[in-house]
Amino acid sequence: MATKILIPTPLRGYTGNQEEVEATGSTVGELLANLAAEHTELRKHLYGEDGSLRNFVNIYVNDDDIRYLEKEQTPVTDSDTVSIIPSVAGGSRR
Amino acid sequence: MGRAALTLRPAAASAIRRHGREAYPHECCGALIGRDGLVTMALALPNTTDEGPRRRFLVSPNDYRAAERHAAGMGARLLGFYHSHPDAPARPSPYDLEHAWPAFSYLIIGVPGGDPGQMTSWRLRDDRSAFDEEQLVEADPDDEVLV
Repeated sequence: MATKILIPTPLRGYTGNQEEVEATGSTVGELLANLAAEHTELRKHLYGEDGSLRNFVNIYVNDDDIRYLEKEQTPVTDSDTVSIIPSVAGGSRR
Repeated sequence: MGRAALTLRPAAASAIRRHGREAYPHECCGALIGRDGLVTMALALPNTTDEGPRRRFLVSPNDYRAAERHAAGMGARLLGFYHSHPDAPARPSPYDLEHAWPAFSYLIIGVPGGDPGQMTSWRLRDDRSAFDEEQLVEADPDDEVLV
């Protein structure tokens, strides 16, 4: 079973410039782990040093943010579309 | 992914300066849209931070998606984002570094005292350890090849 994942512009350099890739997994967490195993350079941009998703990495299943579903335990099927969507943040002082 | 410089079309440079002035003393932010290192449009976006807009900016996921769709609709792509540093140098902060994405240009405009000042542009190193400054060029308005 493979689920479609939409890759945002800044990460396409790590997926062979593909906007869409497929990965397997029954939950969002499994899916992203398999994606990062396939495209290893993605890992440091998706996950922090503690192994959790960076807080400016947003994962949507279809149109829903997984923070309001079951987070990384959110189930996925091959009919779902998972999107990685950046928040872009910064500022002048720490 | 190497690129010699980021070039701003005059209208894009003017839009960034205007946005920086209008938002002062808050930070402004927006998307840089174009292709092949030439920014043809600076798309102003809302600063949705809840951490104090005088020193922070945040582009929400929905606004990010809208910017990506806008670029695709123009037959262009997202080249990066701009934001202002009111009363602070046009250099990336540690907070900028922690939150940066690869491959994007991060244009910063200093706005000392409310007047748009220096603009610089930066790209995240692949290992996330630092930014490298890239050359920022404003296209000559008379240069029809570029603009």
